[in-house]
Amino acid sequence: MSIDRIPFSGKLDSGVPEGPLEKKWDQYKANMKLVNPANKRKYTVIVVGTGLAGGAAAASLAELGYNVKSFCTHDSARRAHSIAAQGGINAAKSYPNDGDSVWRLFYDTIKGGDYRAREANVYRLAQNSTNIIDQCVAQGVPFAREYSGELANRSFGGAQVSRTFYARGQTGQQLLLGAYSALMKEVDKGKVTLFPYREMLDVVMVDGKARGIITRNLTTGEIERHAADAVVLATGGYGRVYFLSTNAMNSNVTAIWRAHRRGALFGNPCYVQIHPTCIPVSGNHQAKLTLMSESLRNDGRVWVPKKKEDCKKDPSQIPDEDRDYYLERKYPSFGNLAPRDISSRAAKEVCDEGRGVGSTGLAVYLDFRDAIKRDGEPAVRERYGNLFDMYHEITNENPYKTPMRIYPAVHYTMGGLWVDYSLQTTLPGLFAAGEANFSDHGANRLGASALMQGLSDGYFVLPYTVTNYLGTHATELLKKVDTNHPAFVSAEKEVHDGIQKLLEVGKKGKRTPIEIYRELGQVVWDKIGMARTEQGLKEALEHIQKLQNDFDHDLQLTGDDQMNKNLETAGRLGDFLGLAALMARDALERKESCGGHFRVESQTPDGEAERDDEHYAHVAAWEYKGKGGVPVMHKEKLIYENVKLSVRSYK
Amino acid sequence: MSTSNMKTMNVRLKVWRQEGPASPGAFEEYSLSNVLVDMSFLEMLDVLNEKLIKEGKRPLEFESDCREGICGTCSLMVQGQAHGPVRGATTCQLYMRSFQDNELITIEPWRAKAFPVLRDLVTDRRAFDRIQMSGGYTNAKTGPHIDANAILVPKDIADRAMDAAACIGCGACVAACPNASASLFTSAKITQLALLPQGQVDRKRRVIRMVDQMDKEGFGSCSNLQECEAACPKKISIQNIAIMKQEYLKAAISADFRAGMGSADGGA
Repeated sequence: MSIDRIPFSGKLDSGVPEGPLEKKWDQYKANMKLVNPANKRKYTVIVVGTGLAGGAAAASLAELGYNVKSFCTHDSARRAHSIAAQGGINAAKSYPNDGDSVWRLFYDTIKGGDYRAREANVYRLAQNSTNIIDQCVAQGVPFAREYSGELANRSFGGAQVSRTFYARGQTGQQLLLGAYSALMKEVDKGKVTLFPYREMLDVVMVDGKARGIITRNLTTGEIERHAADAVVLATGGYGRVYFLSTNAMNSNVTAIWRAHRRGALFGNPCYVQIHPTCIPVSGNHQAKLTLMSESLRNDGRVWVPKKKEDCKKDPSQIPDEDRDYYLERKYPSFGNLAPRDISSRAAKEVCDEGRGVGSTGLAVYLDFRDAIKRDGEPAVRERYGNLFDMYHEITNENPYKTPMRIYPAVHYTMGGLWVDYSLQTTLPGLFAAGEANFSDHGANRLGASALMQGLSDGYFVLPYTVTNYLGTHATELLKKVDTNHPAFVSAEKEVHDGIQKLLEVGKKGKRTPIEIYRELGQVVWDKIGMARTEQGLKEALEHIQKLQNDFDHDLQLTGDDQMNKNLETAGRLGDFLGLAALMARDALERKESCGGHFRVESQTPDGEAERDDEHYAHVAAWEYKGKGGVPVMHKEKLIYENVKLSVRSYK
Repeated sequence: MSTSNMKTMNVRLKVWRQEGPASPGAFEEYSLSNVLVDMSFLEMLDVLNEKLIKEGKRPLEFESDCREGICGTCSLMVQGQAHGPVRGATTCQLYMRSFQDNELITIEPWRAKAFPVLRDLVTDRRAFDRIQMSGGYTNAKTGPHIDANAILVPKDIADRAMDAAACIGCGACVAACPNASASLFTSAKITQLALLPQGQVDRKRRVIRMVDQMDKEGFGSCSNLQECEAACPKKISIQNIAIMKQEYLKAAISADFRAGMGSADGGA
């Protein structure tokens, strides 16, 4: 099946406004096209996804007066995976008076991303961060407070200030419920129409502009056409390409991958965040992994035994002099709050040396003994109670008594659809927000910055940039497109045929989607995980090709084309297979190490990631060339006018 | 990973199967052997589904997403209890170690008129969205607001608001209640916003509209049986229901509210 693609123009224009860094966003807003209130009523915007970015964008666009159609795969807009974020959200409020500023948040984020993010986008993110907190408080988000009645802050990795706002260990949930409530307010006013239980399976391009989507109703199986004047994808990250990750079961790459197939370039697919503090893998039955919030590293100390022979001992029997607090040893100024990529690699290193603990040897200790001694158990319980309970439920061990065992797991993807400064993809009228875009985090995201980015994009960027797009193309967009347009008809047919083909193949094959998926996950984890080599990446490409073949010819599926989660999984797996191959290619091309992307061939003598700014200070934006075709890479050179590229040190 | 990791058990399952909203449903029995006791309950159902596919049968439909107890998607009646026998946990936080070897485990969907079954164990809980729609917000629009620290909230009030806000909207309260009342869900949102200064402007309109919508959806009344609190995975307190009733009464009899509410919205 071949899909009509919009050919790439060949020019990657970031569209960053002229002028000094701190004036760029003001400049954009001063020059943007507006849409008068009477005309706003004539426009419809589709927003796919109801997480922080999608929920916030849909609510905010509706408040402006646009008609919004909001889609999600869940039964309710309140369940998007943003809900699972535990630790917090960064903002440069500088309430603790500890030297924070918009500049410092910007700088920390650029440095944290190992100098692989676009300066102007990150600066805007830091500027918006303070508005986000005001916005969320106005919505009634119950942030943690001090006895003064003021908002409380804590620290996260990669920062030496306390700028993280939180709501117990449920910050993502509370921020999402804030965005969801704002959305429901607009549903009540009739400005937003909700389409729950819908999966987006294609973008419809009419005369070179995104004018709608094709969805599948997950309860009835019906394939539907929806027209609009602009489309926003806020469909999250693709961490579940690893099968095991901290992402939710239904998180997937399908929406952005299908947009990629239509011609949207995919930015930096190999940039993946492997989070250092997750509950270790315990068996081959597992469906997902559980994160233990990074906030735990405010008080928990990470260690392994110095001697291999101590690894199976009861940790309480290992005296301090026989413990290696390796993060404190290697990174004295950041200690246990070293950034995620660095902490994860350090854990892998000590386990590779044979000093890992637990039955598999793939775990390190996160110990609260000293914090409990210093502050007392009630204080620790107040800060982390729900996380400790969660750990206890899963492992059947009490972390107040014995140290937690943790190991890195896939958590977040920095890569995603390439977008310009206005968050528009290379397909006109198609925007991508939140984790779905290649975003502001470069090669590594700092803790508590995902929530910030999602809400910045949704509340404070898209309402301006979508307006600018609609205003700029008013003459064309005010001519409404009908869903009987041939582009809708053919897109719907392709989606329909694709599903029928899966069911057809599925009757004869021998491998269930989960079997192929698990194997894919293992390959991607082994070869495109924490350490990548040229050899391994080439092997990965071959292995993925073999799995693609299994998927095309030997898939086993049962059930019908109505509600059928297994069929959904199969469809998503097909897209993950394509993505996995692209990740391997991207990782092969990027011969340097940076942030979460560690090429074994490119490291300093002490084992740290070695960047190569001369050859790789660019965004890799990939163009789809058809199934079986070889994707083509385009480069957006990253220009640093305000920050000096330097070795990223946390020592 | 303790030695219990290696332990396995046999399970017998009695599961509700139903093709669609209009079809009749029935229990079917399945058995699984060599189930790891450290497996989660939903992972055990994943294993069952793989087995069903291998046998050429339609797999069981059940919902789950985050599998860490926060998204509120999973929703099973296990052994007659909403989210199963462990208190303060969602179905996805249930582990096989909570069951006996060879125990017959009954699994059903939420049972409530306002939550129709879509297929097997999946129910339509969109009635909760409509309750939320009718007032579960502060009406603050996106845009510049006063500095967050200009609104002071005493710590104990903020903590109580957070206790109420912890509701995950799973519907266990409805499933556990003999009247299928949604009072715990509705009252949690009302209480959160009634406690906070940001919620004051719309306080009366909110409670009237949300309670009326709850009634319209076909949920039953609260008769203080406290089953909801016992089943709630987030341990939301039934004190919230008392607060809701008080708020409703105060709003309904207040003259300024009556004068200010258009009849179309008002209900009450």
